[in-house]
Amino acid sequence: MENNRFELNKNLAQMLKGGVIMDVTTPEQAKIAEAAGACAVMALERIPADIRAAGGVSRMSDPKMIKGIQNAVSIPVMAKCRIGHFAEAQILQAIEIDYIDESEVLSPADDKYHIDKTKFDVPFVCGAKDLGEALRRINEGASMIRTKGEPGTGDVVQAVRHMRLMQSEIRRIGSLAEDELFDTAKQLQVPYELVLYVHEHKKLPVVNFAAGGVATPADAALMMQLGAEGVFVGSGIFKSGNPEKRAAAIVKAVTNYNDAKLLAELSEDLGEAMVGINEQEIELLMAERGK
Amino acid sequence: MRVAVLALQGAFIEHEQKLSQLKVQLFEIRQRRDLDKPFDGLIIPGGESTVQGKLLHELGLFEPLKKRIEDGLPVYGTCAGLILLAKKIENDERVHLATMDITAVRNAYGRQLGSFHTEAEFKGIGLIPMTFIRAPYMKEVSEEVDVLARVNGHIVAARQKNQLVTAFHPELNDDLSVHQYFVDMIRETSGRE
Repeated sequence: MENNRFELNKNLAQMLKGGVIMDVTTPEQAKIAEAAGACAVMALERIPADIRAAGGVSRMSDPKMIKGIQNAVSIPVMAKCRIGHFAEAQILQAIEIDYIDESEVLSPADDKYHIDKTKFDVPFVCGAKDLGEALRRINEGASMIRTKGEPGTGDVVQAVRHMRLMQSEIRRIGSLAEDELFDTAKQLQVPYELVLYVHEHKKLPVVNFAAGGVATPADAALMMQLGAEGVFVGSGIFKSGNPEKRAAAIVKAVTNYNDAKLLAELSEDLGEAMVGINEQEIELLMAERGK
Repeated sequence: MRVAVLALQGAFIEHEQKLSQLKVQLFEIRQRRDLDKPFDGLIIPGGESTVQGKLLHELGLFEPLKKRIEDGLPVYGTCAGLILLAKKIENDERVHLATMDITAVRNAYGRQLGSFHTEAEFKGIGLIPMTFIRAPYMKEVSEEVDVLARVNGHIVAARQKNQLVTAFHPELNDDLSVHQYFVDMIRETSGRE
């Protein structure tokens, strides 16, 4: 029987649901993340907060560094390539990465085209600010979506904005008459079939995680209550005072996101959270990359 | 009949949808107090076994669930669930509930590029679709264990009295037969409809 890679790749994202995917820069951090309960790790040379601080062009990580992390843990390992940089994606596929994040956190390599992800056997996750972006990425072959948020800031406001917008557009499409869907497809610049799927199922055709600015158990619970199926935590863990404890607390917060009493216990004594920068204080809005 | 679904992490909603299609009542277990409700069977879903194993301990679920399974509670583990029930894991020193006499191999088919879909015979059911996602298989099983399916010579489904495991994910396909098989197991044990 034929192997449908897109189905298998969507399926892997289903297995990650209810979990936390953590950014790590070394095998040691990867082990800490796994021990704290991460369902996958994102291997990168610099976490988004440092990419932001360093400035300049930010690229795919050294494959040797990624392999070091693959050898250190048994959970899935993801890595980022630049938007539109299909050669970086080919390299990541060659080292058998479990998921590629075509990410706005790195400098875009193409200001018009995203990668044709249908040409790859390994899965892709892409960021989206709204439903149109999400469905365009899915049409290009992404098998998982995350909010863009504003990476490396510790400010959750953009992730909230993107998740709310996406959920409200999904609700709106769910309430349309079927003959109104053609016009919606035109407006969103996506195929009718994808709009029809959203209309019928009241959800995206792939798993949808929250990402960008999540720094506390409360942030994670907020995103889950807003409809995220899991959470990426980037700079929030290893830029904080006590990474092990904070990571474990965020994992538990994602499982019991509706239990405020437990969330209160989890939020105690976590040490210093990452300092963070407010959205208004930054010059570079990464979420505006790739539409 | 009421089935509990372990909802700590992973693809638990997909199992809940299957149970609903079979008109079986269900609820989620996310923490200790959820165990106060009565239930006749338990599903441990696919996901990451390291995550679920850790949360079982930290949320106070490990000892009570292990005891109930040892006392005969019907349990069905898929993929990560199989790992959690295995007494031995060949490539990992960590074991979890360790209630079933099987030796599992984690990520036995490699990374995501090794994930695949196939069809194979399941003892007592027939030919069914099987989806393997970074899946394990069983290397050895004791005489107590009934082998239910093999793919390429590897054991991918097995039963030991009240415990059923599959390395593949029937919750990801349209086929309901494995969930029906588990519901029948619960019926035999509990006598409840």
